[in-house]
Amino acid sequence: MEGLINAWEGLPEMWQGLLITTASVIAVMMGVILSVAFTTLAERKVIGYMQLRRGPNRITLFGIPVLHGLAQPFADVIKLLLKEVLIPAQADRTLFLLAPLIVLVPALTAWAVIPFSPEFVLADINAGLLFILALTSLGVYGVILAGWAANSKYAFLGAMRSAAQMVAYELSMGFAIVGVLMAAGSLNLGDIVRAQQGGALSWYWFWLFPLFIVYFIAGVAETNRAPFDVAEGESEIVAGFHVEYSGAPFATLFALPEYANMILIAALASVMFLGGWLSPFEGYLPAGWWITEPSFFWLFAKIGFFIFIYLWIRATFPRYRYDQIMRLGWKVLIPVTLVWLFVEGIMVWLKVGPWSS
Amino acid sequence: MFTGLLFYVFSAVLVAAAIGVITSRNPVHSVLLLVLCFFNSALLWLLIEAEFLAIVLVLVYVGAVMVLFLFVVMMLDINVVRMREGFTRYAPLGLLVALIVVAELFYVLWVREAGLPGMDSPVPLPEGYSNTEAVGAVLYTDYVYPFQLAAIVLLVAMVAAIALTMRRRAGLKTQDVSRQVAVRREDRVRLVKIEAERE
Repeated sequence: MEGLINAWEGLPEMWQGLLITTASVIAVMMGVILSVAFTTLAERKVIGYMQLRRGPNRITLFGIPVLHGLAQPFADVIKLLLKEVLIPAQADRTLFLLAPLIVLVPALTAWAVIPFSPEFVLADINAGLLFILALTSLGVYGVILAGWAANSKYAFLGAMRSAAQMVAYELSMGFAIVGVLMAAGSLNLGDIVRAQQGGALSWYWFWLFPLFIVYFIAGVAETNRAPFDVAEGESEIVAGFHVEYSGAPFATLFALPEYANMILIAALASVMFLGGWLSPFEGYLPAGWWITEPSFFWLFAKIGFFIFIYLWIRATFPRYRYDQIMRLGWKVLIPVTLVWLFVEGIMVWLKVGPWSS
Repeated sequence: MFTGLLFYVFSAVLVAAAIGVITSRNPVHSVLLLVLCFFNSALLWLLIEAEFLAIVLVLVYVGAVMVLFLFVVMMLDINVVRMREGFTRYAPLGLLVALIVVAELFYVLWVREAGLPGMDSPVPLPEGYSNTEAVGAVLYTDYVYPFQLAAIVLLVAMVAAIALTMRRRAGLKTQDVSRQVAVRREDRVRLVKIEAERE
């Protein structure tokens, strides 16, 4: 142990910084990947109970009798990784194998700017919000390429739908973020959280309620989740863009990025509209207690809340028809955001609201 | 030193990708290499601390414009053999363009040789400097009228594009979504109480 400490102190400062950064990056990545694993389990369990079933309940962790089904995600991952990787005969081989990575990399990179707690954020950059918007808009390439490279009609149709949907919903998402930016006066996610200080009613969901709703709907559409999952649409186009995938590419193309993006959207919605790591009881309960202190726990709870809503929506609503999705994106959500941006401008001008003091 | 190394790596990838755009046979590969070009130029902008421009380049060009490009190009069914036939036909024009580029390169080298003032290498910006704020401050004060004018030109172009492509043929059976949404259960479903029949 002592030798290790000495070896650590003997390292040049640059190497120490590099090692610490690498370690924290790996820690965040592992956290995200583990959350993804357990989100898949939560999804099957929650939807199961909503439909009066039990969901997966066979595979136990270390044979503990109370936790039936807890090891299901690990069993799934092992199964997927051991399966054969099939490549269709006329497929574009390079792009077919590259597409899953193009989806995966932005989905994990975006976590770099999320502030997890008052002290911890991987990269505290000024243009954090723009960075996230740019990265989430990259993921669509993987989906389009997966559809095109597979040389299958179903996959191609799924890719086209996904592309049109992404372009439509990116806009309303961007406008919702403009509203947050106007309120906080900063693109730095940490500053946005700090600007919302002062209990549950001074968070932006209250003042920017329409934008909050639009953001979450656009987030559901961007992640291709039900009821906006026409890119997969198993009742019409088999499984959409990932019909031809199997094994490990399927796991990295479909399961991992989809759930990582879900958690990311949940984290962003928490940071921008529900005060991130701030406590909802701040100012309402006596200070000095952990319940009023800002901490990672609150962010975690808020992310969990949004994930639950994701699953709840999926269990509740039937799938939208494709033209209805387009109509909702272009003709409903964008006008709503524009009107509320105008209202917010007037509020800022008349100095109404918590941000103009 | 490290940023210098990064600069050369990104530039090399940028140039290689640009060559790939014009040499690759498959138009989808060309579009993807163009995306790589944009991405690398964004990284080069990041190196000179223009983070706003870099991210907006990725957001607008890579995230939206090129997606639409790819969208169109993917649907083309291109015969590669026929495309190669055109090569000799356009060779004279290509040679002319190449000559012009070479001449321009020589001109640039000559400018440097002649000791004329060029761009200085960028100096690191002070702590707390926000590129986004700086661009916004300039755009909405000094250049507010040109900026608004550009926005209006874009809006007019967009309206014109929609007006040119929107045609309504008679006799189409398209659905009117607002009418579909406005439908109530009472309009469609009639609940009838039927007495149970007994044998």
